[in-house]
Amino acid sequence: MTMSEPVVVLRGVTKRFASGLEALGGVDLAVARGEFLSLLGPSGCGKSTLLRIVAGLAEPTTGICDLRLAGAPSKSIAAGRIGFVFQDPTLMPWSTVARNVELPFRIAGRVRAAERDRVAASLSAVGLAGFEQAYPHQLSGGMRMRVSIARALVTEPDLLLLDEPFAALDEITRLALNDDLLLLWEAHRPTILFVTHSVFESVYLSTRIAVMRPRPGRIVADLPVRLPQPRDRGVRTSAAYAAMCETVSTALAAAMAQAPAP
Amino acid sequence: MKLGIGRRGLRLAAPIAIGIVFLAAWEATVRLRGIPPYILPAPTAIAQSLWTDGPSLLGSLWVTLRITLAALAAAALFGGGIALLFARSRLLELSLFPYAVVLQVTPIVAIAPLVIIWVREPFLALLVCAWIVAFFPIVSNTTVGLNSADRNLLALFRLYGASPGQILLYLRMPTALPYFLAGLRISGGLALIGAVVAEFVAGTGGAETGLAFRILEAGYRLAIPRMFAALLLLSLTGIVIYLLLDWLSRQLLRHWHESAIAPEDE
Ligand SMILES: Nc1ncnc2c1ncn2[C@@H]1O[C@H](COP(=O)(O)OP(=O)(O)O)[C@@H](O)[C@H]1O
Ligand SMILES: [Mg+2]
Repeated sequence: MTMSEPVVVLRGVTKRFASGLEALGGVDLAVARGEFLSLLGPSGCGKSTLLRIVAGLAEPTTGICDLRLAGAPSKSIAAGRIGFVFQDPTLMPWSTVARNVELPFRIAGRVRAAERDRVAASLSAVGLAGFEQAYPHQLSGGMRMRVSIARALVTEPDLLLLDEPFAALDEITRLALNDDLLLLWEAHRPTILFVTHSVFESVYLSTRIAVMRPRPGRIVADLPVRLPQPRDRGVRTSAAYAAMCETVSTALAAAMAQAPAP
Repeated sequence: MKLGIGRRGLRLAAPIAIGIVFLAAWEATVRLRGIPPYILPAPTAIAQSLWTDGPSLLGSLWVTLRITLAALAAAALFGGGIALLFARSRLLELSLFPYAVVLQVTPIVAIAPLVIIWVREPFLALLVCAWIVAFFPIVSNTTVGLNSADRNLLALFRLYGASPGQILLYLRMPTALPYFLAGLRISGGLALIGAVVAEFVAGTGGAETGLAFRILEAGYRLAIPRMFAALLLLSLTGIVIYLLLDWLSRQLLRHWHESAIAPEDE
């Protein structure tokens, strides 16, 4: 893929917390429009911190984070142009599924018929049509995560940030959600930044993988994934998939070897 | 469970059985030992007093109950309101919360005479005393609740450009609701205690006499069965207030809060 106009540009981004801990030590990264980029690294290497900086939820200590989202004012947080999915579903337990997904619209101060249609469409896109009036506690962990994804998608964001969204799920649910996420990405082609610590997941999903090392967090390898598109489960058994997993694992091992012992 | 009557039945039957055994033992002890009623009246004597003095006691109960309910309503309103102010301004919380604690830890019996001197209107004076006792659990619980919003949800609200008012309304207030209701349940009992204590201090307090004064009066006249009857009415009132608040709490939280969601296997 040729580097079309980037949506996210990070230049020399560092983050030092008040505790003195250096979470990020100079990150340069450009994410092209429509790319599915995975940030891969062991826990504690600053992946979440990086994602929060991209979302505008945290400020870098030094360096710049530049977002170029369609139709959004450059500096301020582009409300609704970014979707965020956390490791936990992060739903409001007192609200129904529909009210949870509707949240971005409610904050924007407009929930009319058109927005309700978008909520319904978003829920059916994640396979939850008919669950509008259910409460989160009535759903399984996988279904709650789908609600969380539906909420992130409902504003049709240009940029989707996912922070280990499937890490807490069982293997079967996780594989199903991997495929669903690919379908959603292919349908709308948002730019995706996906944080994971699973080599297999990152290779299966992404068009590109940035491998990080810890203390301080840095990107040490930037690997394009040249597997056929659209992907399906057949890919997982292909020789090319196995070879790519091998390459990424080696890069990850090298990254870990550079880092001071935990 | 294979107990035949089931858990619900057991919940009712067990305390009732204990109560009956206790009352029977009490009655037997009083009769067999010939204890005079001005030391310890038998349950049957109390029941009889309840029957004959019932109407006038109920009138007094209504006086105490009015003070209690008004104090509880004021505690809910102002307690919740003060907690909301604290949530809007950290400075306000830091500067005022210690004084709320001072008000809470100072025994109400010690403050009540002052309040009664300062507030001339007897109903209002008793109301203020009961309110002082009742409002703290609501303020302190609700303040904790308003500050307990999920971090990631807060981040999400910020991401979508929510105003502080929207964060309060859509996120912090719903988060605080179970805390507020837990405070309210504690305050229900405390408001009753506050009303009774204030009445003890105030004495007769105008034309209407509450249940606390009836207890004092019965004590002076050695009408101990009536004293017990009045006590019984007070306890029952406390229990009913608690049960009502508990029911309210369950109704409001039944869709989502762990404390109120019906267990699946019943
Ligand atoms: N608010 C914070 N204050 C201090 N240290 C933090 C804070 N958030 C994260 N850290 C530290 O920064 C490092 C990177 O954290 P994080 O970005 O969460 O890593 P990852 O998501 O890769 O597991 C960790 O060592 C973590 O303990
Ligand atoms: Mg993380």
